[in-house]
Amino acid sequence: MNGRTGEPAISVTGVDRVFGKGRKQVVALQSVELTVAAGEFVSLIGPSGCGKSTLLRLVADLDSPTAGEIAVFGKGARQARLDQDYGIAFQQAGLLPWRTVAGNVELPLKLHGAAAQLRKARVAELLELVGLTDFAKNHPDQLSGGMQQRVAIARALAESPRLLLMDEPFGALDEITRERMQNELVRICAETGAAVLFVTHSIPEAVFLSDRVVVMSPRPGRIAGVVDVRADGLAGAHDRTERARDEEGFFHAVAEVRSLLHGTPVPAVAAEGLEK
Amino acid sequence: MAVVDSTVTRDTRARLPIAEVRWSTVVAPLVLGALVVLAWELFVELAEIEPFILPAPSAIWEQVTANTANIVDGATVTGRNALIGMLTGAVIGVLGAALAGSFRFVDQMAAPVVAALAVIPIVALAPVLYSMFGAAVNTGRIIVAAVSVAVPVYLNTLRGIRQVKTVHRELMTAYAASPIQMIRAVTLPTATPYVFTGLRVASSLAVIAALIAEYFGGPIGGLGKSITSSAASSNYPLAWAYVTGAIVLGLLFYIVTLLVELWFSRHHKPGG
Repeated sequence: MNGRTGEPAISVTGVDRVFGKGRKQVVALQSVELTVAAGEFVSLIGPSGCGKSTLLRLVADLDSPTAGEIAVFGKGARQARLDQDYGIAFQQAGLLPWRTVAGNVELPLKLHGAAAQLRKARVAELLELVGLTDFAKNHPDQLSGGMQQRVAIARALAESPRLLLMDEPFGALDEITRERMQNELVRICAETGAAVLFVTHSIPEAVFLSDRVVVMSPRPGRIAGVVDVRADGLAGAHDRTERARDEEGFFHAVAEVRSLLHGTPVPAVAAEGLEK
Repeated sequence: MAVVDSTVTRDTRARLPIAEVRWSTVVAPLVLGALVVLAWELFVELAEIEPFILPAPSAIWEQVTANTANIVDGATVTGRNALIGMLTGAVIGVLGAALAGSFRFVDQMAAPVVAALAVIPIVALAPVLYSMFGAAVNTGRIIVAAVSVAVPVYLNTLRGIRQVKTVHRELMTAYAASPIQMIRAVTLPTATPYVFTGLRVASSLAVIAALIAEYFGGPIGGLGKSITSSAASSNYPLAWAYVTGAIVLGLLFYIVTLLVELWFSRHHKPGG
């Protein structure tokens, strides 16, 4: 497993992102500072338009910052993309409908010239990991939304990246499927030891999955505060079980995130008072 | 670990969507067709219509059975022109669309030309082409068919190329895929069903174009030539028999391209 010492997985320094020019310009991100340690699970949460997806896209080098620096494992974001240092999953599963499940998971390996035998073994391993071994030969249109998203996660993990970028991957799923997928993601992250940057709208989801929850506020998009879920007495994200949803620390962290979201920074003591 | 959805089909065999067609959808048009033929027969007989105005279906059928070999020969000539023209036109359409899809200026340059081609009755060019290439060869007819096919194939392919989803494009960017890899893995497969939709629309156009081009001259042997010469010698039931052959030929082109289209779009359902 990757240690938590040494180079951070992501380091964002003084990043601004401004869209448009002149009077029509929109400040999507302003002076954002964020570090994600290797193996750490960090969620970005905030209302629509707070720039959380923009921040993730900057890290993925799908977009460039107007000002500031982004480093992924100590390299520039562009170099990290070219070196395939991260895996990515979007809100839409984005599977290629003409390829089978196995063909979709195989795609990044194939694009980067992995040998056929190696690809086959890796695909089998990944499908086992997401529990879709029996569906290897199906096409995406034969799968439910949750299953499609699992294929997308397997695809993101194909090259064993040390960093996973996930942009609301469970946003389109129903609550029941969603909790099941969260449990699976915790297990998968524990097995792979990857760092994760996870964008979400859901407070319980962010708290349940993360080591730290980064709360963002809109216009201009900036970081309103960071809640360290571990400080509330929950196990590290990799060692969490579904029982964590019923623990006191969980509710405590949820209340903290909520108060940060609603812009009324309640002191920790007051937040504690809510449950007692 | 994972919970398996029992609702999901495990049948991985490739299937055409037409497997779900009900009997009534096949039988109903057949019944209607039979009724029309029957009414036609009765109408011609009872109203004593002259054959040069409208021959009875039975008279046409007599000619069809008596001249089957000639009709098949004619259909082979016309069909060959239409097929070569269609394939040539399809290649031109797809290559043109690939260029227009890659370079914006090509698209902008081609747009008015394509619009003009779409409204010009290409068949009207047939006499000009006969004098260019000689009236003894089928080249003019093939060109007419090719041009009429190229336009719908071009337009549909271009539309298909533009259907590439943002999420797919970004995924390929995230994978640091080269432009060639992008085209092979995403753009072409996305556009494929559209190419074949264009081809299906164009298939009957190809037959019609190749057939009508024969009306304006050129070598004998095709269905179009046979229709005009039978009509000229006042053998109207025979002319109608050749028309029947032309209908069958057009349907054949249409059905084959329809099946190919269904095959290539079998996994392209929305939400996939």
